[in-house]
Amino acid sequence: MLVTLLLISLLAFLAFQIIPADPVTKLLGTDYTPERAAALRHELGLDRNVLVRYLDWLTGFVTGDLGVSYSYGMSVSAVMEGKGAVTAALSLMAWLLVIAISVPLGITLARWQGRRLDRVFVAMNQVFMAIPPFFLGILFTYIFGMVLKLFVPGGSILPEESLGGFFGYLIFPALAIAIPKAAMVTKLLRSSILNQMQENYVRTAYSRGNSRWGVIRLHVLRNAILPVVTFVAMTLADIVAGSIIVEQVFALPGLGRLLLASIGNRDYPVVQCIVVIIAAVVVFMNYLADVVTQTIDPRVRLG
Amino acid sequence: MCYALPAKRKLNMEPKRSYTNAMKKRVITLLLAAALTVALCACGGGQSSQTAQPTPADDQTAGNTGSTGEAADGGELTVGIAADLDSSLDPHVSSSSAGTREVLFNIYEGLVKPDTQGNLVPAVAEGYTANDTADQYTFTLREGVRFHDGSEVTAGDVVYSLSRAAGLETGEPLMSTLSGIASVEATDDKTVVVTLSAPDVEFPAYMTAAIIPEGSDPADGIIGTGPFKYVSRSPQENIVMERFDDYWGEKAQCAKVTFKVIEDGQTMVMSLRSGAIDLAAHLEASQVAELTDLTVQEGSMNLVQAVYLNNAQPPFDDIRVRQALCYAIDKQQVIDLAGDGHGTPVGSSMYPAFGRFFDAELVDYYQPDTAKALELLAEAGYDKDHPLEFTIIVPSNYTPHVDAAQVVVNLLDLLDGVVKAQIQQVEWATWYSDVYQGRQFEATVCGMDASTLTGSAMLARFVSDNAKNFIGFENADYDAAYAAALADGSKLVESFDACQQILAQQAANVYIQDLAEFVVMQPNVSGYRFYPLYVMDLACVAKTA
Amino acid sequence: MKLGRNKNFTAGAVITAFMLIVILVGMVWTPYDPNAMDGAAKRLAPCLTHLLGTDNFGRDILSRVIEGAGATFLIAAATVAIGLAAGLIIGGLTGYYGGWLDEVVMRLNDAVAAFPSILLALVLIALMEPGRTSIILALGVLFVPSFARIVRTEVARQKSLDYVASAKLMGAGDMRVLFAHILPNIVPVLLPSVAIGFNNAVLAEASMSYLGVGVQPPDASLGRMLNEAQGYLLTAPWYALSAGAAIILLILGFGLLSEGLGGQSDA
Repeated sequence: MLVTLLLISLLAFLAFQIIPADPVTKLLGTDYTPERAAALRHELGLDRNVLVRYLDWLTGFVTGDLGVSYSYGMSVSAVMEGKGAVTAALSLMAWLLVIAISVPLGITLARWQGRRLDRVFVAMNQVFMAIPPFFLGILFTYIFGMVLKLFVPGGSILPEESLGGFFGYLIFPALAIAIPKAAMVTKLLRSSILNQMQENYVRTAYSRGNSRWGVIRLHVLRNAILPVVTFVAMTLADIVAGSIIVEQVFALPGLGRLLLASIGNRDYPVVQCIVVIIAAVVVFMNYLADVVTQTIDPRVRLG
Repeated sequence: MCYALPAKRKLNMEPKRSYTNAMKKRVITLLLAAALTVALCACGGGQSSQTAQPTPADDQTAGNTGSTGEAADGGELTVGIAADLDSSLDPHVSSSSAGTREVLFNIYEGLVKPDTQGNLVPAVAEGYTANDTADQYTFTLREGVRFHDGSEVTAGDVVYSLSRAAGLETGEPLMSTLSGIASVEATDDKTVVVTLSAPDVEFPAYMTAAIIPEGSDPADGIIGTGPFKYVSRSPQENIVMERFDDYWGEKAQCAKVTFKVIEDGQTMVMSLRSGAIDLAAHLEASQVAELTDLTVQEGSMNLVQAVYLNNAQPPFDDIRVRQALCYAIDKQQVIDLAGDGHGTPVGSSMYPAFGRFFDAELVDYYQPDTAKALELLAEAGYDKDHPLEFTIIVPSNYTPHVDAAQVVVNLLDLLDGVVKAQIQQVEWATWYSDVYQGRQFEATVCGMDASTLTGSAMLARFVSDNAKNFIGFENADYDAAYAAALADGSKLVESFDACQQILAQQAANVYIQDLAEFVVMQPNVSGYRFYPLYVMDLACVAKTA
Repeated sequence: MKLGRNKNFTAGAVITAFMLIVILVGMVWTPYDPNAMDGAAKRLAPCLTHLLGTDNFGRDILSRVIEGAGATFLIAAATVAIGLAAGLIIGGLTGYYGGWLDEVVMRLNDAVAAFPSILLALVLIALMEPGRTSIILALGVLFVPSFARIVRTEVARQKSLDYVASAKLMGAGDMRVLFAHILPNIVPVLLPSVAIGFNNAVLAEASMSYLGVGVQPPDASLGRMLNEAQGYLLTAPWYALSAGAAIILLILGFGLLSEGLGGQSDA
């Protein structure tokens, strides 16, 4: 896990060596002269060897010093303050929504397999799975924001202003992220339960006089939930990485917007930090998925 | 310089001479009269600014705030800005973006400051005199001007500020406009004498440079003398300032102003609709079309939008090709299609707010004429089988430029396939390094503005050996005309006019327009005034409950 | 696979066929020139002359949706082709040989997969010039890890099977065994992944163009159109809706197809 993270941070660092324009061109703007650029590069320490700078950054990062942002002149942690909270709140909310929607729905649909309600929902599920979250965001902005005026597009509220308002504003962005994912999880859970229903132990359970619901609740669910848990864990990683673009749609002041702005400014210390954070979440959740899988089902060995 | 709309980075240009209602005499001895001072201080004052084409809303809002006179509690104002400010809020750093400068306009002041007509009016100084040879200026400081920290401005502060900005100690001027300063001395508590290394009749225009406390560094604290004082900022989020109650002039109307960073144009529109922000400037026609029931004032961006061509490299080192594009690209079509008809056509590197410098006749120098364009292209060796192919680079964050580029490509498509232009959007940082600094481009659509109302602010960049001559324009007549303007103040207008004519004749660039800009505010907000420069003056803006 | 009786497959095939026909027709004919501007017809609501209305430049939205769907489709298809080809080679070799090479490549694979994809795409595009080719290459690279992983797992599983052993006994070389014997056998497993990959590619193109680094104006792509349309939500909501609907149809069609093929939609 650590090796992967190290590799990612190195990749991110190297990436900026090769892409056009460096922070100096942006900082100097039209006042650019080769001499000034050289002086500024020296001041920022950009004239040193890439690997030296990488090691420098790495030691700083490990000891908790995230460096100083080029474009804001303040420490990276100060720049990121509050932004991480927005992304974390948004991602967690979306993730909880995924679970809150999909688990009851998936079980209910499996229970009522073949009935009209099931068929309608399964068809709708297909459509929901196909909607890109950012388009859903645009739709919500139009329908709930502009037509129904349930929220103020662009008027995001800071947690220090009003905690309730802050979470209230996140509901629609979180829904935009959650709905397509919830559709996938619902479908996965439903088919996982239905798969289990074919197993021999289910027949045994029926023969003991259990109702369909009883069989699902007491026997099937435990086994059926396994692949779903893994998927749900990985979904969180997906949500965090995917929130970048939804933050853009709803103009949320989160890490994603900061990341895009910082790439534009070639503000590497900030980019580097955000990349590592996002990657860490992704890697960790994947790892967690493995661990959970193993705990629930010891037959699965960690590869 | 090349910047664009929602005001990200407008850049500084090097100004050298002259402000609009300038003086023709070689030596000015302008003791600024009380009448002028009144004109400066009175908010609104009944007149609408010279650049604004007054709309009904404009007439309605101008005036009704000025009458209040004293600092009414105009409430707390939230203003949307399209880009975060620079890392450094140092007023003497000339690489600062236009978006930063327009905010700092409310916090810092120089010895003089521009008014809505583009005239210079006294600020920290009460007046000044020049010697006969125009190389020494004596400024008399105003009584009772205080810094935001409460201390009174002394001659020492002025000497420190000007020396710092002119780099007298380091040898490297922070503000290139001040490179002509040889020395700055305080002769007594209220008098400062500035000596230049060469005569410069328009030197006072540069004395808008901010005055800061002696020994201070803006990196440690933002302290100026303006109507607002700096409170705090949060990156990508907001900048907060409060009314400075000890301001020497008329106090600001609003007690507190919060600049909210809203980078996305659509979000800006929605924030206005919802009332999340009270005011936003630099909006485009298409954005305004989405807004109803709000007060809209139309002005102009004060810049020259053009397809800037790399004159130093093929294919645009051939004047016939450049002229062909000028005939092929109908400015009015660009204005109609990309700007819903709002915008003022221009024909050279000067915009109308420059008043006497602006040569309106050049606007129609090239009448749209497809046949002529094709003829010129044929002469230059291009036809259907050997089409003219080039790429227009556009900074992606400036919708008006991207939109204009789309229309340009569309108009060129009408030339029977003889011209094949394609668009490439790049990030602003890449635009800087590749186009502006690296000069690696064929054509680019952007806007050039002026940081002071001096002819050189627009025209210096086309002098052959100018460091900012990114289009690689080389013309001996132009260089001579430009030098003549600088050498002889009495021929300023003619010489700068000659420069503009040469740019048009040579088809240095395909000139399009001065973009329209809209300021939109909630119905309870009033008092916004346009300047012929890129500033946002919030002192007179008031908000009623 | 009983394709005929599979409702998902049928529905997917119908939707995909519809989109493909529209796209193919769009290559030779659209109601209007998708890039032709008309100052007299700006932001028209849907009407008989412009079935889906017009945009800010007076361009016909229906024509642009057709052209944009074509662009998006081609980019997604090319992306998947690149990802699949590289994935087959990398996954095939590492799965077949295993060992330290496998370990190293898979680590790298993990790193690329965990790298925020938007950042990776932005970096790759910044290296080239923004535009169609760059976005195809950038997204292609992005898709290599997932394909490589699937192929590797499957190859590793298949290589212990009897038919591989017998092929070896008959004197087939490693390359021949891998590409001529094993690969055909993993195609059925790959098909659903390809369909899912295609959907992710459609989404990725739309996202990139939405952020402004994909297809360059004035050319249309569904993501670019959404980007432009967001500015006119109130005055021209049909603009965003048309582009969004086209994206959904593309994704829905392939999603159903993949399911019909027996895939799990867990990518």
